[in-house]
Amino acid sequence: MATSAFKRWFHRFGSLPYFYGVSRSWARWLAVPGLVLAGYAVFAGLVLVPADYQQGDVFRILYIHVPSAWLSLFGYTAMAVAGVITLVWRLKLAEIFIVAAAPIGASFTFLALVTGAIWGKPTWGTFWVWDARLTSELILLFLYLGVIALHQAIESPRTAARACALLSIVGVVNVPIIHYSVVWWTTLHQGATVKLTGGSHMESDMLWPLLAGALGFTLIFGWLTLWGMRVQLLWRERRSRWVMRMVQDG
Amino acid sequence: MGGVFGAVLARDLRISLRQRGTLVHHLLFFVLVVALFPLGTNTDETILVAVAPALIWMSVLLSILLSLQRLFRADHDEGVLTQYLVSPEPLALIALAKVVAYWLISGFVYVLAAPLLVLLLGVPVHALGAMIAALALGTPVLALIGAIGVALTLSLPRAGLLLSLLVFPLYVPVLIFGAGAMRAAIVGLNYAGALYVLAALAVLAITLAPWAIAAALRIGSE
Repeated sequence: MATSAFKRWFHRFGSLPYFYGVSRSWARWLAVPGLVLAGYAVFAGLVLVPADYQQGDVFRILYIHVPSAWLSLFGYTAMAVAGVITLVWRLKLAEIFIVAAAPIGASFTFLALVTGAIWGKPTWGTFWVWDARLTSELILLFLYLGVIALHQAIESPRTAARACALLSIVGVVNVPIIHYSVVWWTTLHQGATVKLTGGSHMESDMLWPLLAGALGFTLIFGWLTLWGMRVQLLWRERRSRWVMRMVQDG
Repeated sequence: MGGVFGAVLARDLRISLRQRGTLVHHLLFFVLVVALFPLGTNTDETILVAVAPALIWMSVLLSILLSLQRLFRADHDEGVLTQYLVSPEPLALIALAKVVAYWLISGFVYVLAAPLLVLLLGVPVHALGAMIAALALGTPVLALIGAIGVALTLSLPRAGLLLSLLVFPLYVPVLIFGAGAMRAAIVGLNYAGALYVLAALAVLAITLAPWAIAAALRIGSE
């Protein structure tokens, strides 16, 4: 019983016109709470939360930086999961997800790096240190860019998406190895660097807006990816009957 | 199973040995990159020794990536790859045999060139052993990971730049531990740890990469 219901759901979900129809309302359900939560986090971060007794107002960038850094990892992992689904079950939606999520994940990775650099200048006195986390984040950005470049280079959309699926799986196996080798490298180079958390735990006044921000930005990530998927889907199926009929009907 | 591995290995080795020119190019490229580097700085030995590990490993990365591009090219153009794809033998095993054949030749090049570089850069002789061991353990990983990228970009005629964008981020661990072992050996520290990690990476790559190469070849041929 359960398996047949699951199979029916799986097939319906795999149907592209069905997905295109329902994803519009899903996008709304992601967008509204996402924007509200992210807006609350930014407002709280800028206005409500008191200044940090050590870092002053500089730390407020945290409310953008931490969610971006989280999404850079979350996005790549999600792409790799979609990659497995693509290669094993050949689900078209998973292919489209990888293609749509890559630029958004790359943007969040870039945002995490930029906000980190802006925070680093007044705090550490320099925009860039070869710290383990910074270096791994930079390499993660390169991994994202590799997936995007590979997708642009291969003409056939299905082959391109499957190649990207394989590359993101290879990448995700490598991410922990890269991270720990960079950690080893920095500990060999220099003593303990400045730690972001520094062992002190956050006050709940500061923590709640951060969690709201992380959740809000994740919902925004889902929303943007969903729209990217819809665009990708329309472009890929532009010669199919259901898209043509939809365009004619307005 | 062993039959097809041995056959592909022997075939590829024979082809590479008959194209000795390529082998010489490989060697010359590697030596040339290293030999030109000091011209860009002054000839202060301490600087050269300090950058030698990074320099040697960067030239290894570059020359492997450049030469690896041809790994499946001839087989692809001549239709041999199609035979491999439709054959009942496991494609991963065939891919592994091809990479091993490539590595036996190119690994030999690096071992041959290593003493030359020691002379050129003023690396102390006692670091030679660690350098050769790190090259012997690290280069198979580079070849195996690179082959995944080569297989993914096989349908693209000129994929050189794209290939480096795909593969270089994945080379980071080998670069860190390979150069790390050499750096430790130069200053007389214990380098066994870095070599163990390189060995672990090699085992991991030999186990997993052939499947990824085979999957990439199948994706490219669809």
